[in-house]
Amino acid sequence: MMLGFSFMASCKPSKEEVLTMPEEWFEMNSYLKIGENGVVTIYTPNPEFGQNVKTSMPMLVAEELDLDWSKVIVDQAPYNAELYGMQFTGGSRGIMSRWESLRMAGATAKQMLKETAAKTWEVPASEITTDLGVLYHKASDRSITYGEIASSASGMPVPENVKLKEVKDFKIIGKSHKNVDGKNIVTGKPMYAMDHKREGMLIAMIEHPPAFGMTFKSVDAEAIKAMPGIIDVFPIKTYHEDYEKGGFDVNAFPELVAIVGKSTWEVMNAKKRLKVEWEPRGEYTETINGWRGKTTNSIPGAMENTTGHLSKMEELASKPGKVVRKDGNPEQAFKNATKVIERSYSAPFLAHNCMEPMNAFAHVQGDKVYIAGPLQAPGMIEPAIIARMGIPSENIEIEMTRMGGGFGRRAYSHYMLEAALISQQVNAPVKLMYTREDDMTNGIYRPAYTATYRAALDQDNNLTAIHIKAGGVPESPLFADRFPAGAIDNYLAEEFSIDSNITIGAFRAPRSNFMAGAEQSFLDEVATEMDKDPIALRLEMLERAQNDPVGEKNDYDAARYASVLELVRDKSNWSNSSSNANRGVSAYFCHNTYAAHVLDLSIEDGKPIVDKVCCAIDCGIVVNPDAAINMAEGGIIDGVGNALYGEMTFEDGVPQKKNFDKYRMIRMREAPKQIDVHFVQNEINPTGLGEPPFPPIFGALANAMYKATGVRQYSQPFLGDKQVLG
Amino acid sequence: MASYKININGKEHELEVDGTTPMLWVLRDHVQLTGTKYGCGIAQCGACTIHLDGVAVRSCSMPISAVGDKSITTIEGLSEDGTHPVQQAWLAHDVPQCGYCQAGQIMSASALLKDNPSPSDAAIDSAMSGNICRCGTYTRIKAAIKTAANS
Repeated sequence: MMLGFSFMASCKPSKEEVLTMPEEWFEMNSYLKIGENGVVTIYTPNPEFGQNVKTSMPMLVAEELDLDWSKVIVDQAPYNAELYGMQFTGGSRGIMSRWESLRMAGATAKQMLKETAAKTWEVPASEITTDLGVLYHKASDRSITYGEIASSASGMPVPENVKLKEVKDFKIIGKSHKNVDGKNIVTGKPMYAMDHKREGMLIAMIEHPPAFGMTFKSVDAEAIKAMPGIIDVFPIKTYHEDYEKGGFDVNAFPELVAIVGKSTWEVMNAKKRLKVEWEPRGEYTETINGWRGKTTNSIPGAMENTTGHLSKMEELASKPGKVVRKDGNPEQAFKNATKVIERSYSAPFLAHNCMEPMNAFAHVQGDKVYIAGPLQAPGMIEPAIIARMGIPSENIEIEMTRMGGGFGRRAYSHYMLEAALISQQVNAPVKLMYTREDDMTNGIYRPAYTATYRAALDQDNNLTAIHIKAGGVPESPLFADRFPAGAIDNYLAEEFSIDSNITIGAFRAPRSNFMAGAEQSFLDEVATEMDKDPIALRLEMLERAQNDPVGEKNDYDAARYASVLELVRDKSNWSNSSSNANRGVSAYFCHNTYAAHVLDLSIEDGKPIVDKVCCAIDCGIVVNPDAAINMAEGGIIDGVGNALYGEMTFEDGVPQKKNFDKYRMIRMREAPKQIDVHFVQNEINPTGLGEPPFPPIFGALANAMYKATGVRQYSQPFLGDKQVLG
Repeated sequence: MASYKININGKEHELEVDGTTPMLWVLRDHVQLTGTKYGCGIAQCGACTIHLDGVAVRSCSMPISAVGDKSITTIEGLSEDGTHPVQQAWLAHDVPQCGYCQAGQIMSASALLKDNPSPSDAAIDSAMSGNICRCGTYTRIKAAIKTAANS
């Protein structure tokens, strides 16, 4: 049933060094096994990229099973859709989608143990209680540990209609627990795919075209094959030409050159000397079977420039877009307006820049494939492997290694397939590694976006209409049914998109990561024009949306949205802040969670310094509080960094930044000095935190910068390569 | 190809590699010490940080031919089983998210504290700003360094 060999077998999780390992394990279900000495292994189903579900998902199982958390070991479950369902990490959906099923896994196992004890003691199972891995029959003063009874309980039929605990009875959920991989991380244990070592393993790298719009023509392999340590050089086609791609099979460069050698440095040297001829790819059509159905797109052939993107976006922003939603009579409201405020916002392409570059370890032996790598969606790459290599699912083993960051990029795991193809070609285990330059110039970027907001104010300074026109290269960021839709009588939302051959993909809170900043900066400006407190304005609008909503499809709960604003107002001492504080506020709802920030800024030698961020979040029940705070801090710091510095530009299709010397990342000295995170306390089923704290920070920063400098920020990055403002 | 005798984590290693090979790849490919990470290859991200006679250096940009008699310490050799105060502080503050940068962060931090046992915020910023954390654990890293300094 369970599991193939894991290369990590030689690296034991830290708890094992403190706990005594059992002599025998008894499987209760695919999520857990109990040792005869009471130590329990829980399998965490989803791949891990720093959001720490590797700790919080097992906590759900342990809670219902009434375990002693100090006796729990966590192992990564293998990829097995039959046993674990959709093992997808992304969309901030992990805990939310497994909240019931993981608890049920613990609860059914507990019931099996209870029924076994009941049989042994000849008492009703309902009289048996459990606590910290022990079963009790209080009436007869008997007890037995899970370990002692596990062998009898294992293999029992899985009980039905098992009840889950009430929130008030939680002992593990809602308490902070340390990262189960903490010790391994701080001692440098091998955990990432690039840490693999196997007998006969070769190192591989790829070379892709230098520009979007180019493709492989020919390569002079012989010169390179003669270099020290080099085994082979050959082109590979990642997908067959007639393969119908899925939504995650994004790939700018259909044909790559692979270099295979004995050591990384030797292959890197060979790569530097590689002479490849590239040629224009020309226009082509692509059919994608995405989650919105099958679409056929025409991809333009010209090499693109950032200046071209900007002028095209400007051109389309001045023309009517595709109307997505219209409430009331916005045209009339604007015609009758005493004042119209119109502002345009823009943000560039962004590279994900995961710290661990794209890579995978693969070993193809005949018709058997083993691939270990950092990926968010094993279920999405498997069909591509099956189609490309003609190998059936049962012969494919995918190990989900710990990812050195994901941010959406690792949902597009073409590198897994590339590693397998290279391994197959050289008939050896292969570790494929992208250099930072390969990674940063390979695309699957966050798109370039623009949005124009217009607000109509009547003679009494009431807000009577809002008009949004949003667009991007190559997709629109618009969410027409989000706030402020529903809060305003006259509302018009339009969008446009511009075709491009630059590949894009999900980037931490797709589309929201731009719209939130634009929207929340605009609302701040509208509040200033209306001479209203920015929080008060939002709360007024939300009150309207709650009591008398406009339209039926409003994609937010106005009461919950208002409560995070009230919480951040209170916790940041908003109403009593001293006049020295340059503060900006922003709030947003995305990926099922509400987040609001108040950001305090000062200027030192022309540099913006984020002194403090006060953050309020409603994500329902908080499973692991300190880990949740870590996620909020991370999203905030990531947002400040991308708002100030994040930018990818193009000239003749060539990405202009290849490494961190040119692509500026936020560093320790620029990080907020203090971050306070507060959670709304409720018993709503948990929702995610990977993405929601990220979008609103852009607006909070822009609004604080206005307070500090008198200048509004409309175009990201706010600082870019400049060292100082102005 | 040349022969080099290098002291790594208190052990002498005899290595037959090209003299230009950066220590990062010597460690990862030839000595099987994979705790030191590759992030950029141009000394811009700090993921490859090791100690050379106790001083933090970026191993991606340090060829084996430049090491000579000096001792190299990697994350694996920083302490016996994670007991270095910096490692202990990292666990106390539950610092890591994805974890990929953390070996480099810990090596930079431990070198800082060896040199400056009671660093100011500005000194921490200065010493640590060569280490990128993409996940944004900077506030925790700073707090952990202060805890380690006080322990």
